[in-house]
Amino acid sequence: MGDATDIEKRETGTPEETPPWEYAPAPESTEVVHLRDRYDLFVGGRFVEPKSGRYFTTINPATEEPLAEVAEAGEEDVNLAVRAAREAFEERWRDLRGKERAKFIYRIARALQERSREFAVLETMNNGKPIKESRDVDVPLAAAHFFYYAGWADKLEYAFPGRTPRPLGVAAQITPWNFPLLMCAWKLAPALAAGNTVVLKPASTTPLTALLLAEVIEQAELPPGVVNVIPGPGGKTGEWLARHPDVAKIAFTGSTEIGKVLRRSVAGTGKRLTLELGGKAANIVFEDAPLDQAIEGIVNGIFFNQGEVCCAGSRLFVQESVFELLLDKLKARLDTLRVGDPLDKNTDVGAINSRDQLEKITELVQSGIEEGAEIYQPDCVLPERGFWFRPTLFTNVSQSHRIAREEIFGPVLSILTFRTPEEAVEKANNTPYGLSAGIWTDKGSRILWMAERMKAGVVWANTFNRFDPSSPFGGYKESGFGREGGRHGLQPYLHLDGGAA
Amino acid sequence: MSEDRVEVRRTAKLYVGGEFPRSESGRSYEVHSADGRLLAWVARASRKDLRDAVRAARSAQPGWAGKTAYNRGQILYRVAELMEGRRAQFEMELADAGASDPRRGVDAAIDRWVWYAGWCDKVHQVLGGTNPVAGPYFNFTIPEPTGVVGIVAPPDQSLLGVVSRLAPVIVSGNTTVVVASEKAPLPAVSLSEVLATSDVPAGVVNVLTGLTRELVPWLAGHMDVNAIDVTGVPDDLLKQVEELAAGNVKRVHRAPEVDPFSPGAQSPYEITALMEMKTVWHPIGA
Repeated sequence: MGDATDIEKRETGTPEETPPWEYAPAPESTEVVHLRDRYDLFVGGRFVEPKSGRYFTTINPATEEPLAEVAEAGEEDVNLAVRAAREAFEERWRDLRGKERAKFIYRIARALQERSREFAVLETMNNGKPIKESRDVDVPLAAAHFFYYAGWADKLEYAFPGRTPRPLGVAAQITPWNFPLLMCAWKLAPALAAGNTVVLKPASTTPLTALLLAEVIEQAELPPGVVNVIPGPGGKTGEWLARHPDVAKIAFTGSTEIGKVLRRSVAGTGKRLTLELGGKAANIVFEDAPLDQAIEGIVNGIFFNQGEVCCAGSRLFVQESVFELLLDKLKARLDTLRVGDPLDKNTDVGAINSRDQLEKITELVQSGIEEGAEIYQPDCVLPERGFWFRPTLFTNVSQSHRIAREEIFGPVLSILTFRTPEEAVEKANNTPYGLSAGIWTDKGSRILWMAERMKAGVVWANTFNRFDPSSPFGGYKESGFGREGGRHGLQPYLHLDGGAA
Repeated sequence: MSEDRVEVRRTAKLYVGGEFPRSESGRSYEVHSADGRLLAWVARASRKDLRDAVRAARSAQPGWAGKTAYNRGQILYRVAELMEGRRAQFEMELADAGASDPRRGVDAAIDRWVWYAGWCDKVHQVLGGTNPVAGPYFNFTIPEPTGVVGIVAPPDQSLLGVVSRLAPVIVSGNTTVVVASEKAPLPAVSLSEVLATSDVPAGVVNVLTGLTRELVPWLAGHMDVNAIDVTGVPDDLLKQVEELAAGNVKRVHRAPEVDPFSPGAQSPYEITALMEMKTVWHPIGA
């Protein structure tokens, strides 16, 4: 290990054969976004000042510049939001015919499509993710989720054979900062389609697209109180919301650590709960895999959204016979990644969402070096301001290293090897997490054999990080329980009464 | 046979890994009939017994899940066949436990096995599916067993209650550790003797008798148990159980409160409540 403790001073890779491709700047205009100085809470169908009297500053993580002041919901604000949601449930939404509920949800989908560029740019400004991802993934998928679930609102009796579905009441939804808008869509769309009303607490570092969505919901003229958006810190606002006695269901996406806290805090209350938590996915490459495709899948798996993805393919398992070849290809590919201004249309890897997260990544990477793993980072120039982390590979990783066990939630890949399919299964499942897995091989029977054995809720074979509103998503083991997406994603929001005779 | 023949009494033991051990602790407790007769000294399982049971369940799980659904269905149907043959014993035990209509209880318990056995090779079709994703991918969702499931059997309905919790759990390929009704454990003990002789592999079902308040927190906190069915957990213990279950993000399931004899008491959703939905993607291309 020597004295190499400063990551910035580590030896970095240099592109050897081909000179780096030159890219002219291609910045996306921010003109389409009209930031307000101040954003209030969205409660009871309108934007209201917080009773807490508090506002916090939300920043652009790529520049560290403030973007706006955002209202922080205090305990009284939480109570008001839940009351608004409860009243909207009892007086309007619960009894509204499904086909009418559907039309409101379709309106949201359409408005997202119409204002897609505005949402994408704002998402990138507040989160730090590359514009090509917010533009091509986050926003279109968010619209698609609303569109998909809108169509379920008047077909619920077909979703669960033999049952008579009923909505639960007020759903408390707590969303993460990595896909701020998309996670709002994953949560809101099935809840509303099933006939519930919602109090949504967006992540405290990325509230802006949730608040813009609230504006869309206001313009779509949903009955007041059906959706309420109340930003604030998870430990306070989120906790008050989850503990509120009028909340019937809690949906949480975030870390396993906080998921467990939430689980304990609602123990014995009878509230319904779904948790979408952390991951440490295995991405497994067999020697017969199409290696160049696999390289793209590996890169997508761990560098998509800066690796700030719960299902990121953060543990790469390579069959020994192709390890050297694959590593060379992977390093060469890493050297071509463009890290920097998220608003530049050519950027592959944007900014880390917050200083806290950057420190967490840095600390874990440091532990990898100290525990004896070998680090590789491309020689890219990072902007001076903002939160950045180079795409990082680790080799010589043992299963006991922290970087092989703990979720890093950053652009850091730990590479391990295996010899036989049995060994790959053993190592891949050797984790308390179980959200996703990747398999790369040309052999069909092996894909199915491996897929069967992965203790993971989503298995991508010869692809990675694919999402669709019709496709259920969620974890095994400590990655949480319940599914979001597809027909299965409705169930957490419904009572299924009655049995077939 | 002469009239003065002395009856051979049964020792009520634990059922762990296909064997019938006494508690390693050497402890037992008295079980009485509803009218106060001493029925048996029943093993009072210890924490070590519970750990042994979890280990047996974990070892048996891949093999049980790996059997074909058709095979699991036949094995569980055979449980019903063998119960039918021992119904006199079950009826007597239910009568001892104070059941008003023991015959009806045994009928319903046997029929419940038959009903669930038939789901083994249907639940995937009815509750899984293919998903029409917007891209060139084949995408399907299949329910899979969650792993090792702890079951706290309902204190009342000492036979139908435990069968109604147990059958939907093992239909899918889960293995279990069952904490039997504390006050009326004998039907569960007899059920374990049926299971031992009905081709259900050793370790798939493990039955512990003992004190509910002692065993349940150990079960809820065990880090190698994936889920817990808390239908039989006393209300005042539920909060603690759910807090302990958070340690490894256990799935916590409680059956809906319905008349156990009603059609609503059996449901494929009771099966999927202790299953995981796995979604697989693969590109489509020439």
